[in-house]
This record gives sequence, C-alpha cells and structure tokens, in this order.
Amino acid sequence: MNSALKSNNGAGIDFGRALKDGVIVAIIAFALLGPLVGLKTDQNMSNELILQNRLGLAAVLSAIVGIGRFLLSAFVYPWVAARGNRTKAAATLAELEARAKFAKGLSVTGLIFLFVYPILIISLFGVQGSIKWVDNYGVQILIYVMLGWGLNIVIGLAGLLDLGYVAFYAVGAYSYSLLAINFHLSFWVLLPVAGLLAAFWGVILGFPVLRLRGDYLAIVTLAFGEIIRLVLINWKDFSGGSAGISSIPKVTMFGIYSFDVSAPNNFAKAFHLAASSAYYKVFLYYLILLLALLTAFITMRLRRLPIGRAWEALREDEVACRSLGINTTNTKLTAFAIGAMFGGFAGSFFAARQGFVSPESFIFMESAVIVAIVVLGGMGSMIGVALAAVAMIGGTELLRELDFLKKVFGNDFNPDQYRMLLFGLAMVIIMVWKPRGFVSARQPTAFLFKRKTVSGDLVKEGHG
Amino acid sequence: MTTSLRTWDSDPVLTVEHLTMRFGGLVAVNDLSFSAGRGDITALIGPNGAGKTTVFNCITGFYKPTTGMMSMRPRDGSLHLLERLPDFIVARKAKVARTFQNIRLFSGMTLLENLLVAQHNPLMIASGMTILGVLGIGGYRTKEKEAIDRARYWLDKIGLIGRADDPAGDLPYGAQRRLEIARAMCTGPDLLCLDEPAAGLNPRESAELNALLLSIRKDDGTSILLIEHDMSVVMGISDHVVVLEYGTKIADGTPTETRNDPRVIAAYLGVDDEEVEEIEHELDETTGSEEGRP
Amino acid sequence: MEVFVQQVINGITIGSLYGLIAIGYTMVFGIIGMVNFAHGDVFMVSAFFALIFLLVLTSWFGIASMTLALILVMVVSMVLTGLLVWAIERVAYAPLRGSFRLAPLISAIGMSIVLSNFIQVAQGPRNKPIPPVTREVYTLWQGTNGYPVNISLKQIIIWVVTALLLAAFWYVVQKTALGRAQRACEQDRKMAALLGVNVDRTISLTFVIGAALAAVAGTLFLMYYGVVVFSDGFTPGVKAFTAAVLGGIGSLPGAVLGGLLIGLIETLWGQYVSADYQNVAAFSILVIVLIFMPQGLLGRPEVEKV
Repeated sequence: MNSALKSNNGAGIDFGRALKDGVIVAIIAFALLGPLVGLKTDQNMSNELILQNRLGLAAVLSAIVGIGRFLLSAFVYPWVAARGNRTKAAATLAELEARAKFAKGLSVTGLIFLFVYPILIISLFGVQGSIKWVDNYGVQILIYVMLGWGLNIVIGLAGLLDLGYVAFYAVGAYSYSLLAINFHLSFWVLLPVAGLLAAFWGVILGFPVLRLRGDYLAIVTLAFGEIIRLVLINWKDFSGGSAGISSIPKVTMFGIYSFDVSAPNNFAKAFHLAASSAYYKVFLYYLILLLALLTAFITMRLRRLPIGRAWEALREDEVACRSLGINTTNTKLTAFAIGAMFGGFAGSFFAARQGFVSPESFIFMESAVIVAIVVLGGMGSMIGVALAAVAMIGGTELLRELDFLKKVFGNDFNPDQYRMLLFGLAMVIIMVWKPRGFVSARQPTAFLFKRKTVSGDLVKEGHG
Repeated sequence: MTTSLRTWDSDPVLTVEHLTMRFGGLVAVNDLSFSAGRGDITALIGPNGAGKTTVFNCITGFYKPTTGMMSMRPRDGSLHLLERLPDFIVARKAKVARTFQNIRLFSGMTLLENLLVAQHNPLMIASGMTILGVLGIGGYRTKEKEAIDRARYWLDKIGLIGRADDPAGDLPYGAQRRLEIARAMCTGPDLLCLDEPAAGLNPRESAELNALLLSIRKDDGTSILLIEHDMSVVMGISDHVVVLEYGTKIADGTPTETRNDPRVIAAYLGVDDEEVEEIEHELDETTGSEEGRP
Repeated sequence: MEVFVQQVINGITIGSLYGLIAIGYTMVFGIIGMVNFAHGDVFMVSAFFALIFLLVLTSWFGIASMTLALILVMVVSMVLTGLLVWAIERVAYAPLRGSFRLAPLISAIGMSIVLSNFIQVAQGPRNKPIPPVTREVYTLWQGTNGYPVNISLKQIIIWVVTALLLAAFWYVVQKTALGRAQRACEQDRKMAALLGVNVDRTISLTFVIGAALAAVAGTLFLMYYGVVVFSDGFTPGVKAFTAAVLGGIGSLPGAVLGGLLIGLIETLWGQYVSADYQNVAAFSILVIVLIFMPQGLLGRPEVEKV
C-alpha cells in the first residue's frame, strides 16, 4: 500500500507496479484458495472423505482477487491519496457543522419515514405481502438499533468494551418467557421486570470485572456471556436446555385486544378484518420502534446529566475522573446496568415476538454483531449506530432476496450462506476504511455561546 | 519572618508524617514528614527522581503508602486520614484536588464540559442521583445554571472564556495547563496539588501562572502544594519550600532559608553542571521578585 | 487412581495443544497489545489445510507411510497458515496500527467471522472425519480393578512434537536476531524503530510464527480427534486465550504452563465434577484469573501510571 502511495505522488498511474501487485496477490490468493476452495472435501457413499477438484473455480477467484488488487493499486489508492492530501487539512469546523446539520436532518426524515413505513409497505404490497417487509426488515433492524443504542451507552459513552452484551438480551428473553409461562403475567408487567432483572445482572457481573482495563474487560464479559449461555443449555430444569422454551405468550394490545387467533378479543375479529398475522407484525413494529426511541430519548437525557458527562469523562481519562472525586466504579456500574436494562427490554420483546427462545439465539456472534454495529456506526453517535444497524442487518437480510443468483450459479447456490461471510468482510473493510466508524464527531452536552461539533480525532475511545 | 509565625507549624492544612513508599525493592519516599500551612503556597522541590510525584500520588490516594500518616484538615474543621481513603474520596471529602504532570484533560470534551465534570458530585445530588433528572423533576436546571456560572467564573479567570465551547484538546499547551488548574478548582478544594504547573510554559505564561496561583490563594483561600522545577515560580510565590532528594527530606523552610542551605545546593550540584548553573542563576535573579526570568 | 492418571495423560495431551495456540495469543498481545481474536479460527483453518493435504497425499499420491504423510502435512499446513496470517495481518491489522484502539479488535472479530464462514461455504458445514492415523495404544499398567492406564501413540506424538517445536521456538525467540527485535518492539516500538529494527516486519513475523505454531496444533488436533468442522475455532481459541491469561499474558513459558493447566483442569473437571459443565469450568477459570490475578502466574504485575 505504501509503495502504491509513494509511486503515485507524482503524475500518472504506475501501471507496472499495480500489475506486479496484482500478480503477486493473485499468486498468494491461489496458494490459499487452491486448497481451501479448489479441493473440496466431501463424503462419498461409504462415508469416506474424498476430494472434489474445483481448482478452476479457485483459479477464477484468485484472478478476481488479483484484479481487485490491481484496480486498488492502479486507481483507488492514488485517488484516495490525492483526495487525502486535499481534504485532510480542510476538515474544518464548518465542514463538521455541515455534517452535523445533515445528520440532524437525516434523523428527522428518518424518524418520519419510520413512522409511516408500515403504512407505506401495506399500501405497496397489501396486508399479506407486508409481513416480510415489516417483520424481517422493520422489526429485525429495529431490534438491532435498540440493542446498538443500549450497548452504545456502555461502549460509546463510557468506553467500556463489553463483548457479552447478549447475556443481558438473554436474561430479558428468558425472564419474560419463564415468568409469562409460569405466572401468566402480561408483557406490559414483565417488560419492566425483565429490564430490572437484566440491570440487576449487569450489576452482579459488572461489579467484579469493572476494575479490569482494556481488552481484559472485553474477554471477561465475553466469558460471562458464554457462561450464561452454557448454563442455559445445561440447566435443563430451569431453561429447557438446548430445546429452549416454546409457546411464549404474545404481546397484547394493552390487554384490550389480543393477537391470539382463538381469543375472543382478537384484534382482526374485533375490527372485522380478514385474519392475518400482519396486524400483529405491524403492532410489533410500532412497539419496538417506541422501545428503541425510548432508549434514544433516555440516552440523550442522560448525556446531559452529570452521570452522562461522567461516562464520557471516564472514556476520556479515568485517572482524571478519580482526581475530581468521581466514584468511577459506581459510574461504570451505572453504565453497565442501564445498558443491560435496555438489552433486557429488547430481550423480552424478542421472546414475545418469536414465541420461542433457545440458547442458540444468544451465541457470542450476536454480541459481536452488536459491538460491530456500535463501533462501525461511530461510538457514541446515535444516528451512526442506527445507520450501521440498517446497513449491516438490512444489508445481510437483503441477501436472502437474491434468489435470482441461483439462476447464475446453479441451484446449489444458497445466498443465505454468504450472509455472515459478507458481514465479517464488511466489518473488516469498514474498520480499515473508517476506523472511527461512520459518524465520529461528538456533540457537546452544554455550551456557553454556541454549540460546536467536536472532531472525532480528539475524542478518545476509553481503555476499559 | 520569625519561626513562631510559621503557619505550617501553627495551622497546617496537611500534615505528612513518616511517609514511606516502597515499590518492590525501591524506596521512592523514605520517612518523609512535612506540613503545609493553611493559606500557604508550599513548594516541593528536588532533583528528578527524588520522589516528588510519588508523594503527590500518596497524598491524593492514587498510591497506598507503605507506612506513614497523612492528615488533612479542610476548612470545615473535619479531619481526614488520607492514607485510609480511596482516591475519589480524597478529592470529594478531604477536599484535595490535583493536576497531573502529563496533562490529563478530557480532550474530546469542551472547556465548559471539563469544568462541569469537575462539579460532578454536587450536580449528581441535584439531579436526584440521575433518577429525578431523567424524569425532569427537581431543581436540577437551576443547579446546573449555577455550575455553569461557576465554570464561567473560572474560564474568565484563566482567560479562556472565549474558547468555552471548543474542545480542550484543541488548546495550546499553556492554556491546557491553566484549564487543568481551573478544573481542579471547580471541585472546590481546600488544598490544590499542582504537579509541575509551569513545565513547558514560556516566561510570559509562567508569570501569568504565578499571578493565577496568588489570586487563587487570595480569592478562594485555597492552600496550594506544588511540585516545580521552575525556580522563578518556586522562589517567586511560595511561602514554604520542602526539598527532597532520593525520597528523603533534606531541607524545609522559607525560600530564603532553603536557598542558602548547603545540602540543597549540594543536591542540585549532584545533577549535571548545566542545570546547576541554570538554577543558581535563577535563584540569584528571581528571589523576591515576581517578574520571572529576565 | 488409574482413572486419575489416565485423565492426567489426556489432560496433558489437550493442554499441549492449548499451549501451542496460546503462544500465538501471548506473542501478539506482547508485541502490539492486541487480542488477536481470529487466532482460534486460524487454528481451525490450519486443521483444514492439514485435512486437505492429507487427502491429497493419501488419495492422489497414494503415500502409505503415515509418518511421512504427517510430517509433510504439518509442514505444508504451517507454511500455508503462515501465509494466510501474513496476508490477514497485512490487509486487516497493519493499516490499523496506531489508530483507534478498538479498530484492530473489531477487525479481528470480523476476520474471525470471515474465516469460519468462509470455510463453511468453501468446505461445507458438515463434520470432516478421517480414518485414524494410528490405532497403536500402549498399556502402561493394569489397574487393580481392571482399569488399565493407556497412552496412545497419538498422545506420544503430540507430546514429542510439542516439546520439539517449543524447543525450536524457544531458540528462535531467545537466541536469534528476530527474537531480539521482537523483544525490543515489545519494550518500546518507537525506540526499536529508531535503532533500525524493522518494526513492521517484526510484527508480521510474530503473527506468522504464532500461526505456524497454531498450525502444528491444528494438524495434531486433526490427528488426535480424527475430525474437524468449520466451527472448531471458537472454543479452543477461547480456551487457549484463557491459558495465555492464566500463564500471564506476554509470558511465553506462561502460555505453555497455562495450556497444560487448562487441559488438566478441563479433563479432571469433566471426569470428577460434571461433563456438561466442562466448558463453563474453562470460562470460569478465565473470569476468576482475570479478576483475582490479572497478571497471571508468570506475568509481571501492572503498575498504574498516574
């Protein structure tokens, strides 16, 4: 990369060098892809492993990688270098302000869009046709937006890297499931209960680990997340083990209308509508939208309160915080607990929506996805996190739609399989491209004369 | 000044007795005893590696001393044994504030925010430990206004009011030092501990610093304990000088007394020649004057 | 007693593998302070390299000598895994050096997702069993209650290979210019660069050496268990990381010691306490060690700088 930059400081594009780069990369790619892709291991009829020769495919892929590298060296890096020289110095306050204004405009438009989205979808695709768009996209993305916003408090504001956030999501989901099934309590009673239980677990898990710093904290939270999942798998009497818990009651419309088909106060029946699960999905959509907005609202309020400022100060410099009389342990615990509480809310919503929970839904990969959304979005930025959730979750959901690819690659091709692969690649690429995420600038929480956006370069990322 | 009038004996705000701090085999501070008088500016000086910052870290609770007793008497008449308190309690209850040798500002937060974070504890109570604040009830708004006014007062005092809404990381070095002092003062301390406040300042800034410290003492009645290498600051404004070498106290008295103390001169001679010359020069130039270097 | 001895033998065997993987974690952490999250998946990919070349050798070239096949497979896997990690380091980690602290970690998590899903896509999601490389088992002694204490040839191979490689590795780190450069970078990267150490190359090589050792572990893992699947990276990865932390992260003997201890604790826990909660035990050790002695057994305590 450096060589590419150097060679292109002057005029013109060094095709020779780019070609050399491309060829070397293609050779390396073939050395690796040759065995991994080109020689596929398969079991034959007698259950013995045999090799299936696909070296041609590996060669094609390697060539693509090489060409990609060539294009990068020949065009993209010089372009980036040229642009970098021009704009680096010019990332002025005015530009930051313009971006902040844009983000603000975007959030207002986005909000309006979110509220009309189901109506739009129903008018486009009809009641029955709306289910997929409202549920798979709308609800699914909003769950991750909410989780991202919840975790944003812990990672983005307080600067504590929590890789076990999914544990609190699980606490919320199992709290709702078990209490609803065993005690027949309604969702509306159990939602706060689940949140409080998750917050309680946040404090229990947080207390011993919060004096750890940096990556150690990350690893311990990861371990805690895994412990909770493994206990859920193994403690069968309590959680139903890997089989999970099914027939979890649905959310009711505040007890007035039910979405159970058999219930006398069924929503569709009450309004003399054709029976469809679409109404429930739309209801769920608005429910998770409101829950997510509640998270956003509370976070924004907290940021302007002393606790929120202390979180950000903690992210900037913990030692200085202590020298100012701030009890950093309590401050971190609050961040942990409040983040966990929102995770718990989202978890109980998830359980009610799925009607089924099992430890499979709370694997480490879920935590990684949520962390990725927060970091890719730009730590601390609500709009950035929301954008990242849309891009990452919506983007990978879209892959399910690419069935036409089957016509290109044959019927064995299952685009769904590539979901996580592309997700991982996107994580790497976005990190390399924008290590601080989409929106890195910070909005101050108070001002004397004029609110000025703080450039992301000055904002620290915490060490906890 | 006669011996009987020495405030550090008659009315100490901080008394350090037999303080020893060991790191493994290394004795960083060895049986150190001294007092800082109420309303005094006390300077802790000594060659590099003499253990001055370690003393600070013990006083402010960041290190637990191996042995020794440190008693702090804030204006409200209470008594705090600092070696028993965790760092944030030292700041909160014993009213000791500090700055750092390598400036530790919240660089991504604005100047105003830096000063508001320093008022965390009273504001936290005003916000009903956050709960009332989130719900928007209680008198948090008015308390926050007061906090902002206090911040405005300090920004004015350090001459940075015009940059109130800029991020602290954007400030030039000298201004960052002043902001760190203002931030410490916003906690409302009775003892302000400054770790090399003049390091890296030019003569003009150094003189401004002297004026700021004197006005802090005069207007706020805050006692100051400072570590300093800049002799214009030490000799110019301090009432009391404690000299450390290799973790041991070698002199303790008024600037004039310590300046003429043969052990102090020897300690500085023990450093390299250039530095000694510089110090001797400064000692001659600046005693009794506040202008700083010529 | 016989059961205990048997489990100790098994534990040391697994522990050797953990130790080999743990070195990769500990070296990378030592030199750039980063938890290389993808390391467990690198280990898994190396087992796939070994699997594929074992099949190439046996079914295409018809090599009958298992010893020869194993040695060849191990070397190929080490080379290819080294190359893979070198490429990963160049693409996903090197551009992020000196940037935002979380960026390399997120990038590494992304890489871990990429590797496991890539193998799933390229090689299929099913278990890949191989016929046993050797069935040789030696009975050390016949217990009084008829329970024999066995050691298999596979276990002996693992012990010997691990010991030999650790010795070679120790030599590289202690006696060669590369080892010196590594230690210099660990202490102070800037100073090392000023003194003419090629820091970038040293860091890359650190990754590659760690990968090569993981590849040895991967090959041995495949030989020992006779099966590998795309999801095999995560749990051994976390356990090896636990081993690195237990031994004191940054300490090379610590990584090996930690690996052996984790292997022993895990097998004994499985035998005497609860097989179901075997993994919980590993994770709990990780948590307990980090909370109560974050410097580990052989690491140096960290003094907070104020």
